[in-house]
Amino acid sequence: MVYKKRLDNRGFDEARKIEAKVGVIKKADGSAYFKFGNTWAYAAVYGPRNLFPRFLQDPSKGILRCNYNMMPFSSSEDRVRPGGSRRSKEISRVTAHALLPVLNLDEYPNSVVDVFIELPETEAGSRTAGINAASMALADAGLLMKDLVSSVSVGRVDDKLVVDLDYAEESYPDGPVADIPLAVMPNSGKITLLQMDGLVSKEQLKEVIKMGKKACNQIYEIQKKALKDKYPKHSAGDNNE
Amino acid sequence: MSNVLVNEKDIVVPGETLAEGMDNLPGEGTYRQGEKILAGRLGLAHIDGRAVKLIPLSGKYNPKRGDTIICKVTDINFSGWRVDTNSAYSAMLSMKDATSDYIQKGADLTQYYSLGEYMVASIVNVTSQKLIDVTMKGPGLHKLKGGRMLEVSPYKVPRIIGKQGSMVSMIKTATNCRIIVGQNGLVWIQGEPDKELLVVRAIKKIEEDSHLSGLTENIKKFLEAESGVKLGE
Repeated sequence: MVYKKRLDNRGFDEARKIEAKVGVIKKADGSAYFKFGNTWAYAAVYGPRNLFPRFLQDPSKGILRCNYNMMPFSSSEDRVRPGGSRRSKEISRVTAHALLPVLNLDEYPNSVVDVFIELPETEAGSRTAGINAASMALADAGLLMKDLVSSVSVGRVDDKLVVDLDYAEESYPDGPVADIPLAVMPNSGKITLLQMDGLVSKEQLKEVIKMGKKACNQIYEIQKKALKDKYPKHSAGDNNE
Repeated sequence: MSNVLVNEKDIVVPGETLAEGMDNLPGEGTYRQGEKILAGRLGLAHIDGRAVKLIPLSGKYNPKRGDTIICKVTDINFSGWRVDTNSAYSAMLSMKDATSDYIQKGADLTQYYSLGEYMVASIVNVTSQKLIDVTMKGPGLHKLKGGRMLEVSPYKVPRIIGKQGSMVSMIKTATNCRIIVGQNGLVWIQGEPDKELLVVRAIKKIEEDSHLSGLTENIKKFLEAESGVKLGE
């Protein structure tokens, strides 16, 4: 079998429909949602704030804590057991690792920045949607950042390389599948997350990274627009102090 | 050849290129990478001579020496009071900075400031590790009794105060309330209960509309309509 056409008629290098908005959670210091089709990620950032227990404090810089959580009703299959799991723990960790390279927390010794990623609806690609939302929320929280982080999963379905796999493609029955989520700092092009589930050749992986970076640049433009849209027609104002 | 790529008051996101070439200098909130000056946070671009700066739009309060803030007593120990500053760090109010009274060794410190009480204090010093000292000695620094507390973004505080305090004094005239705006984003309001609520609404309106032009005029109209007090020039 040859994978000629994508199951939902997208182009091979085309992501699902993306929607992004900043400032969606009032009480948080920074917040955003990011949607890849039916995968919705909400991110809320709190901090920098006081960190306890005290032994976790780092006197040289602030620390970043990420928490990835799929809501019980989020899956298209069985109910997800609420609370942390082995999987959510791993994803929380790789999310923190993906975001840390852009953050400058030197100004906030002994403190913590908390990122909570909640997923009310998921259909593959949830960690990448979470990273995208979290990076926008961190910028919205006014933290010092070198760059944003844009993330997408690229993969192989049968003989084709495709961008942003959905659930049907991830579980494609008639051929080998590989899913490679990656996160990129769009301005420097450096990769902050690269995981793989499945099998690809060396040449395919190189092509995957190239496709991923291209898709991430498109996502970056959407993130940028969402951040700027939070402040509509920002004029000079008449009373600048 | 210098080349500034953004206009004054443009909103820029982290990592966006602000200027190319070596003729410009990276100011606050920006950093240099090779030939480029990039944004180091979300903010408004501001070109100040050769320097390219960013004016922050959001974020938590960052304690600075000399700021007048509103804080709350969270703990009392041998040498003074620990107060919450509405930032990531708490501050220390030592006995000698709290009052000019002679305090006997082992005296009950709650008679000066008790747990949960609010006060207007001034920041004396902030160390690199963000240890903060505050003082109560200075004009206008005192304990706050009664009234209500409102939290706003610390970056909107200059808008709430206005030019030479014009905005806040306008609200005071319209509502006859006592208002104190701390640099840390806490606002204390005291007056008639319904007027207090009007102040809260006015301040929330300033926060929301702070980026629109004609802010003072809009707020003036709002206050005149709501309070019935005619506000002069």
